[in-house]
Amino acid sequence: MLLGPVVWVLTLAICYVFLGHYWWFPPPISQHGQAYDQQFTATLWVTGIIFFCAQMSLGWVIVKFRDRGGIARYSHGNNVLEVVWTSATAVLFIGLVLAGTRIWAAVHFEEAPANALKIEVMSKQFAWAFRYPGPDGKFGRTDLKQVNDQGGNPFGIDDKDPAGKDDITSASIKVPAGRPIQLIMRSRDVIHNFFVRELRLKQDIVPGMEIPFHFQADQVGTYEVPCSELCGLGHHQMRTTLEVMAPADFEKWLQEQAAQK
Amino acid sequence: MSSPVVHPAHHAPTGFIRRYIFSLDHKVIGIQYYFLAVFSVFLGMALSVLMRFHMVYPDAKVSLFEKLWPTGAPGGIMTPELYLSLMTMHGTIMVFFVLTTAPQSGFGNYFLPIQIGAEDMAFPVLNMLSFWTTFLALIVMVAAFFVPGGAPLAGWTAYPPLSAVGPLSGPGEGLGQTLWIISIAIFCGASLMGAINFIATTIDLRARGLSMMRMPLTCWSWFVTAILGLLGFAVLLAAGVLLLLDRLAGTSFFLPAGLLVSDQILNHKGGSPLLWQHLFWFFGHPEVYIAILPGMGVASQLLATFSRKPIFGYRAMVYAILSIGFLGFFVWGHHMFMSGMNPYSAFAFSILTMSIGVPSAIKTFNWIGTLWGGRIQFTTAMLFALGFVSLFVTGGISGIFLGQPALDLYFHDTYFVVGHFHMIMGVAAIFGMFAGTFYWFPKVTGKFMNETLGKIHFYLTFIGVYCIFTPMHFLGIAGNPRRYADFTNFDFMGKLMPVHTFMTHSAIFTMVVQFIFLFNLFWSIKKGKPAPINPWNATTLEWTIPSPPPFDNFAGKHPVVNHGPYEYSVPGAAKDYIMQSDPA
Repeated sequence: MLLGPVVWVLTLAICYVFLGHYWWFPPPISQHGQAYDQQFTATLWVTGIIFFCAQMSLGWVIVKFRDRGGIARYSHGNNVLEVVWTSATAVLFIGLVLAGTRIWAAVHFEEAPANALKIEVMSKQFAWAFRYPGPDGKFGRTDLKQVNDQGGNPFGIDDKDPAGKDDITSASIKVPAGRPIQLIMRSRDVIHNFFVRELRLKQDIVPGMEIPFHFQADQVGTYEVPCSELCGLGHHQMRTTLEVMAPADFEKWLQEQAAQK
Repeated sequence: MSSPVVHPAHHAPTGFIRRYIFSLDHKVIGIQYYFLAVFSVFLGMALSVLMRFHMVYPDAKVSLFEKLWPTGAPGGIMTPELYLSLMTMHGTIMVFFVLTTAPQSGFGNYFLPIQIGAEDMAFPVLNMLSFWTTFLALIVMVAAFFVPGGAPLAGWTAYPPLSAVGPLSGPGEGLGQTLWIISIAIFCGASLMGAINFIATTIDLRARGLSMMRMPLTCWSWFVTAILGLLGFAVLLAAGVLLLLDRLAGTSFFLPAGLLVSDQILNHKGGSPLLWQHLFWFFGHPEVYIAILPGMGVASQLLATFSRKPIFGYRAMVYAILSIGFLGFFVWGHHMFMSGMNPYSAFAFSILTMSIGVPSAIKTFNWIGTLWGGRIQFTTAMLFALGFVSLFVTGGISGIFLGQPALDLYFHDTYFVVGHFHMIMGVAAIFGMFAGTFYWFPKVTGKFMNETLGKIHFYLTFIGVYCIFTPMHFLGIAGNPRRYADFTNFDFMGKLMPVHTFMTHSAIFTMVVQFIFLFNLFWSIKKGKPAPINPWNATTLEWTIPSPPPFDNFAGKHPVVNHGPYEYSVPGAAKDYIMQSDPA
């Protein structure tokens, strides 16, 4: 009997913290992020109402139908009710998935626009590297044997390929605001995961695969990138940042990097 | 249906070893499984509290750590690799040796034959073998702690390449990981033997009159769980052997070309890390239902018994169990939305995942429907069954977020996932076990467990687990990744530390509370109040025989079943329950 009120109190406390947003998403920095938050909010309301009603009514039947010496109702159920709540949950749940499909499609089914800036991502235990094609717009050939992390060549850019001479590598990713970005993601040892909270995007990077991934960030700022797939003892240290720059600043940065070559 | 051949009453073996160690008696084997799980759950819980401690106090010097792990905790400070070993072993021990073992092999072994009116399982020798094989698997698993390099750090999911390239990818990835895979393979063998036995027993040994649609829902859930085990563990066994070959024989099932690990170029080529994930989760998702279905069966049984009402919608409950079991094999891809698999398949997997939410919701509605209009008796067993319903709702509802690929774009591998599965397959399943323990203890021992201690333990645990696992959802919403040894390297995680601290303290509190249960269990075995044959006025066949039951359960007689399993408060009946074996 006491359990009823305990369930109520726990339910109200949980709802209170959810509504208070004490620990919550960072603000989104992309259109995708905004669409994501809408889908999340819709799901939160649907599930929140189900959660609230289910727990509250559980508490209520516990209190209301406690043994008070009466006689229990003899009933084997009610087929109409079964059909109603089965179809209602089916419609709600499937409806939510369908509503979210556009978001998933925009990330994964649509190709990056042609003007997208291409950046290669290389993940390894426990660091990130990013490569820009340089002024010639071409990535140089890579060779595993030429990988040299200390020497600033985590990609193993082949020094015999002229296209690679001007390639720029960076330990953090810098992108211009408002321009589509096309990532080409690789790992050379174990599975890692590229996750930017503010973009509401996440993707595993799998050795042996070349995974394309595109996004567009609209808000200038620096955002942390935590590796989000268990990759070994340094997993919790595998950090880099996404720096979204004003387009002019980005061009300036690119030129500075190219000049150092 | 069993043929009504009259067997002479079996006599129990007299030697201690044949009776209690290498016993063929399903009841002894059930108890053996149960205590194997009790040992494992306390071990797994201790590991989890060590993890939680390290996450909040990563720099703490504890001399005990150094004594336990001289290399893993030099100077008493836990290393990240030790943290990951604890995490891997916690997950593995809990999933395999607790959640798979107690609800199915423990309770199922003991009560499936009795509830269907059989004198033993269909294959008693196989039954004994499956227990001792499980025991061997546990020994091999725990041994991984004591080999050079220590226990593996690749998580209970053991994703290659991390798990496949040997010590290059980290300490624990040498012999420790090999032992882990061997243990899992042995465990798969044991589970296959158990599954075959459960299926054959359910199909062949039912008493006269006990049609499938008269079986208690516990029997239904053990039966369907056995089918899931048969199909799932067969695949995991194959996957484990392939992973072992990649490690030891130089094959490349899961390893692609172009690997450069710790500055060494590897000679593998042609394999796919995703293949492992597909095979693993083809087992791994049904495994979730292996853990939770028996709990659902126990909850249904107890809710009906203690509200003195027939279960609401028996047929719907059976169909829900069947459809959860069936659909459970088609949703493994929702673990892989972010894996790099073809994103179009995410669409199919998400629709199927949401569909499996429907029978789960049906069960919840029917449980509340069962309570509705009842006369609820708040025994400790019932409290745990009610707690199960609450946790099942809380844990299930977060699945609606994770089942959507669009929302998984953020939540994958965050604490949101950790909160979700701990709520549902962790604590809800464990509440099912607690409920079963309090409910059947009088039958197994002839004594009651202490109700006062039981209720104190229930309330503290119920509040405790909510305090541990609900905050994980907020951490997930804030983007906190899982499997991080500490949170000091990221600015945004600093703000989340109060939540982590709260969870750690809740976990320590909840762990301490579990010793109330342990004490109650052993104290009641010795000193519990004597219990009558049918202390709960329940209807199923186990309550017709003495407590503890004789060696061959029904003393050579063959019970005949005339009623459904939940005939409570039937109008016009002499008592408020009609037993299944009462005259028609």
